[in-house]
Amino acid sequence: MGSITLKQVTKTFGDVNVIKPIDLQIHDGEFIVFVGPSGCGKSTLLRMIAGLEDTTSGNIDIDGKDATNTPPAKRGLAMVFQSYALYPHMSVRNNIAFPLKRAKVPPAEIEAKIASAAKILNLGDYLDRKPGQLSGGQRQRVAIGRAIVRQPSAFLFDEPLSNLDASLRVNMRLEISELHKTLDTTMIYVTHDQVEAMTMADRIAVFNAGVIEQVGTPLELYQTPVNRFVAGFIGSPKMNFIEVEPVDGNPTSCVGVRPEHLKVTQDKGLWTGKVGVIEHLGSETFLHIHVDGVGPLTLKADGDCPLKYGDNVNLTAPQNKIMHFDAAGKTLPPTPFSGN
Amino acid sequence: MATNNSNKSKIIYTALAWGISGMIFFPILWTLLTSFKTEAEAISANPSLFMFDWTLENYSDVLARSPYFNHFWNSVVISIGSSLLGLIIAIPAAWSMAFVQTKRTKHLLMWMLSTKMLPPVGVLIPIYLMFRDFSLLDTKLGLVIVMTLVNLPIMVWMLYTYFREIPHEILEASRMDGCSIGEEIFHVLLPLALPGIASTLLLNVILAWNEAFWTLILTAANAAPLTAFIASYSSPEGLFYAKLSAASVMAIVPILILGWFSQKQLVRGLSFGAVK
Ligand SMILES: Nc1ncnc2c1ncn2[C@@H]1O[C@H](COP(=O)(O)OP(=O)(O)O)[C@@H](O)[C@H]1O
Ligand SMILES: [Mg+2]
Repeated sequence: MGSITLKQVTKTFGDVNVIKPIDLQIHDGEFIVFVGPSGCGKSTLLRMIAGLEDTTSGNIDIDGKDATNTPPAKRGLAMVFQSYALYPHMSVRNNIAFPLKRAKVPPAEIEAKIASAAKILNLGDYLDRKPGQLSGGQRQRVAIGRAIVRQPSAFLFDEPLSNLDASLRVNMRLEISELHKTLDTTMIYVTHDQVEAMTMADRIAVFNAGVIEQVGTPLELYQTPVNRFVAGFIGSPKMNFIEVEPVDGNPTSCVGVRPEHLKVTQDKGLWTGKVGVIEHLGSETFLHIHVDGVGPLTLKADGDCPLKYGDNVNLTAPQNKIMHFDAAGKTLPPTPFSGN
Repeated sequence: MATNNSNKSKIIYTALAWGISGMIFFPILWTLLTSFKTEAEAISANPSLFMFDWTLENYSDVLARSPYFNHFWNSVVISIGSSLLGLIIAIPAAWSMAFVQTKRTKHLLMWMLSTKMLPPVGVLIPIYLMFRDFSLLDTKLGLVIVMTLVNLPIMVWMLYTYFREIPHEILEASRMDGCSIGEEIFHVLLPLALPGIASTLLLNVILAWNEAFWTLILTAANAAPLTAFIASYSSPEGLFYAKLSAASVMAIVPILILGWFSQKQLVRGLSFGAVK
């Protein structure tokens, strides 16, 4: 069991309102990612769920019971910290055994659980080392091992991969996803990296300045963002935004086109521009195109794109891929767009 | 050129360090030498550094005249007792100041430090009267209490500085792992802060051992530690420099030995975590 309900939860530090009232239902067994720019309150909310910060107002229910004022030790949740937060004075074995010892689990059972965690996480060879003698990836595994042996009702991860190098990060991402499939336990995962969010999440909550802008599956957020913030945050490279003059009867003040939907055309198209920097990634190419009166647009083309620096190009996009936003940034129902 | 220069400055710094150490150490050396002189040589108008009749008479006189080991034992009980009692109070206090900060924590810390700026004479009368009324005058317990209170601000400050160096997340992890506050302090904080706690304990043992205001005022015969034992040679029957020196040497030797064996720990402790 691991369903968590946030009801009108807020947090203030001094006079600063860091979490505006938030409502969120986290379902048992789901992998939910909190994503948003740094400083928007993701960690604070996660720590409130953990019980490490108190809740200024509102309620946090865990498995249907009000846990707002329950101390962290009694919530049945496990947390993996960005810094791993291993106990430096204990061996890996004792780090993993620590929560079990606190819960007065019999020694034989502790041994069995350590053995099984070590097997899942490939820690067998390191059990008698101290955390200081391990690499970043190994420390991360120990931190996860310490979390899983307790069989918590939910796992909380706070940017667990941000201290790892890029290739290791991709591996650990897969391992954590795999772990979620095996354990089938609720996981709440905080990151500022939308790629991590898109690849790992069942559902994503997009945070901005203490509020949740939108909650949905990765594809929902990609295809139907509710506002300009979500549209710009989800997707890589970022969506192109083009300011337009609002006209009578049409409140559109900005349109958005994702780089993968922007196309070079032989016809007149919607915009004309000059090719700037070209980034070849092999499988695909990012073109930065300067469009007069609009600014730079990013276009995602095939890997063998023949365009060169300085070429003049006409650009277009399918009407159903052009998103419309009003002056406040809210997404509008699609209307035909015929250029500025 | 460059190495030449840095060699030169190395020599200068070394000479400077020796010079300053010599200046600091000279009075102790002089005391040590005087303790081996006769009373006449000790007050001689042109004293000689080494060329005198070395004698152990002062030591045997002092040992015969005063119960050195009683005083020694009192010093041990008072300094170690007050340091241990202080730790028991200071550890939870420093924990809360380092990890559960409020807006007023900084003020509280400053206020505690400010009590060290107050001249002790300022509270002499009330403390003396309280001691009289509670029958604590000339008792080891009374001295342990006073020494604990006198050194508590320093202990809390030192421990606070140490605890601040411990990553908060490690303590939070222990909370998530099911620790109560007591278990968190016992299983995680104390082992991690052990070097700092050891330095705090050592420094306070030394401070309490050397403390001479309250120990002189609040003790007579029963609970008098070594500081009172030294002082007893400076008064009633007039000054006896050689015996006074012998008493001083006997009073500081135990603490010097302790300091010698723990100097690494002490230096680390006194640099307040600045050097990791
Ligand atoms: N203990 C604290 N005291 C005061 N302000 C804090 C505290 N913790 C976080 N904040 C502030 O709350 C905001 C949100 O922080 P955080 O939740 O860590 O953001 P995120 O994890 O999304 O990057 C930040 O502006 C941060 O400065
Ligand atoms: Mg954060």
